[in-house]
Amino acid sequence: MEPFRNLTSKVVPLDIANIDTDQIIPKQFLKLLGKTGYGEYLFFNWRYDDHGIPTKTFVLNLPELKGRQILLTRENFGIGSSREHAVWALKDYGFKVIIGVSFADIFYNNCFKNGVLVIKLDKNIIEDFFSSKTGEEFDIDLSHQQIRIGSSSYSFEIDPTLKDSLESGTDEISKTLQLESQIKEYEDENNLAVKPDSYAIL
Amino acid sequence: MAQTLYDKIWDNHIVYSDENSDLSLLYIDRHYIHEVTSPQAFDGLRINKRRVRRPDLTFATVDHNVPTTDRSLPIIDQISSLQIKALENNCKEFGISLFDIHDKYQGIVHVIGPELGLTLPGYTIVCGDSHTSTHGAFGSLAFGIGTSEVEHVLATQCLWMKKSKNFEIILNGGLKNNNGVSSKDVILNIIRKIGTSGGSGSVIEYKGDYISSLSMEKRMTICNMSIEGGARAGLVAPDDTTFEYLRGKIFSPKNELFEDLIDDWKNLRSDHGAKYDRTFSINIDNLAPQVTWGTNPAMTVDVDSVIPSPDDYAKGNDEEKKSAIKALKYMDLKPGIQITDIPIDRVFIGSCTNARLEDLIEASEAVKGKRVSSSVKAMVVPGSQQVKTAAEKLGLDKIFMNAGFEWREPGCSMCLGMNPDILKAGERCASTSNRNFEGRQGTGGRTHLVSPIMAAAAAIAGKFVDVREWI
Repeated sequence: MEPFRNLTSKVVPLDIANIDTDQIIPKQFLKLLGKTGYGEYLFFNWRYDDHGIPTKTFVLNLPELKGRQILLTRENFGIGSSREHAVWALKDYGFKVIIGVSFADIFYNNCFKNGVLVIKLDKNIIEDFFSSKTGEEFDIDLSHQQIRIGSSSYSFEIDPTLKDSLESGTDEISKTLQLESQIKEYEDENNLAVKPDSYAIL
Repeated sequence: MAQTLYDKIWDNHIVYSDENSDLSLLYIDRHYIHEVTSPQAFDGLRINKRRVRRPDLTFATVDHNVPTTDRSLPIIDQISSLQIKALENNCKEFGISLFDIHDKYQGIVHVIGPELGLTLPGYTIVCGDSHTSTHGAFGSLAFGIGTSEVEHVLATQCLWMKKSKNFEIILNGGLKNNNGVSSKDVILNIIRKIGTSGGSGSVIEYKGDYISSLSMEKRMTICNMSIEGGARAGLVAPDDTTFEYLRGKIFSPKNELFEDLIDDWKNLRSDHGAKYDRTFSINIDNLAPQVTWGTNPAMTVDVDSVIPSPDDYAKGNDEEKKSAIKALKYMDLKPGIQITDIPIDRVFIGSCTNARLEDLIEASEAVKGKRVSSSVKAMVVPGSQQVKTAAEKLGLDKIFMNAGFEWREPGCSMCLGMNPDILKAGERCASTSNRNFEGRQGTGGRTHLVSPIMAAAAAIAGKFVDVREWI
């Protein structure tokens, strides 16, 4: 995974709360076997009408917002299904950072597994961003946990392990396999040889 | 120190923890796999030349994509067919047991796991599906994960997790017997009260006399929808009901081992005085059947009431008001409309929430000797081959088909419409599934979540009815 680099971009303001992962990526696109190519299906049902024509008012279709790498949203983003395809679609489309008030647990985790930074900020700050900052450059500084907009600065919280995974881009499985002896010790202590499943016959 | 059930299971499974981080490495006892969230995980193993660490703890089935029609015919949808084939190839390559499309144990993953005795008390259980919370009904810590985490568990049999908060929901009182109100109505009511983010960051433990009175299937319905209330997992402490359910199941531990395990499992309960971060009590004595009207499971009302106005729903919260306005527009409903005046086009009895034998028995009792309304197309999709077989032994298939329902093969089906069972734009469906998001059952489709008996009655009446008066 590529390490996260600080970036500067304007935001795409998606001013809707309670966006579930069925909206982010509808189920017909979960049949694909890879991790790429989902960007064109992002927010499919809001982005295109019944005839497949891009709708005039949906934010992703506004020409002046193209190329922006930060998604700004409200409360409860990513609720519902655990489909990681939702993150793959956002990332493939070009979003590297998502800023909002709150996020569903599984979705939040899935973002970090894919190098997408999720920033939770207070409701009042988010309201301010929507009302007056959608034309401004957001300077995202992960190492200092700050967003700088003009002369204003906003701090954000992030778990140190998640921050480290983003900054280093390390493969998490490699990191876990370094703990092989602890995993083996757990397995030996829990006497898996006589665990119930050893009686399962297929 | 007094511990909750969640605390105990958590502590029992720590492989490694680090004071520099909120995350601990937990061992996973059971990993369920299905065809949609696993292909990329297996690809990752191949690319990195890794094996599955514990194929013996891993079980797979096909459920999301499978057609519910004649399985002897080839799958028409090429892409679905490829995905199903990919799982078959992956399980063969990595040595994982697969209950494939022709297997007598095939079905929805959260239906077959418990009925096969693969879900046990005290286990940590994961699957690339958010309704994995279902298995918490057995006193296990069970939750959904994304595909990257599926790959991680395959490779290491462990998962990095942040400990959630403890949230206790106490259900007092009891539903009056035989009046048509069920555990589905209870969980819809809970979500209605706590909201879709009420359980965020928490693991919910369900307690109270009502919970103890429930069968395992009814407990599974409640735990299943914990995720819709924002919680990662939902738990019920195991008891005699749990142990008797598990006794004799195909893969359950047997004989002396089983009896010894029961002694251990009896300790899987929260201690007196254990601290919860949040407690919520509901009295369910007079609970009415619930019907969702909007586009998330918290947008729910009593069947004998009306569609609320956005202001009434949102109670001063601007964002919720906007959500309600959007939902009413999508659902083509207006405030003040009586729920029992809403006509429906489709009925779906199925899903990991409500497609077990007891659900089908209850639904069949509502339709026996009656006919599905001429304006409705209705189907029943049993949760697994075992459920289907048991239902057919009881003659339920004949009852449903004589009433005009379609009787299908097991799978997720119209819960999310990845297979051909989908709603057309504008169609309104009474569904026993768990999500009513926009487009969930088909682009433009309008979903109302209800219990099995409410769905069955709606099929006959052609509109929602209050089953307390109807049966």
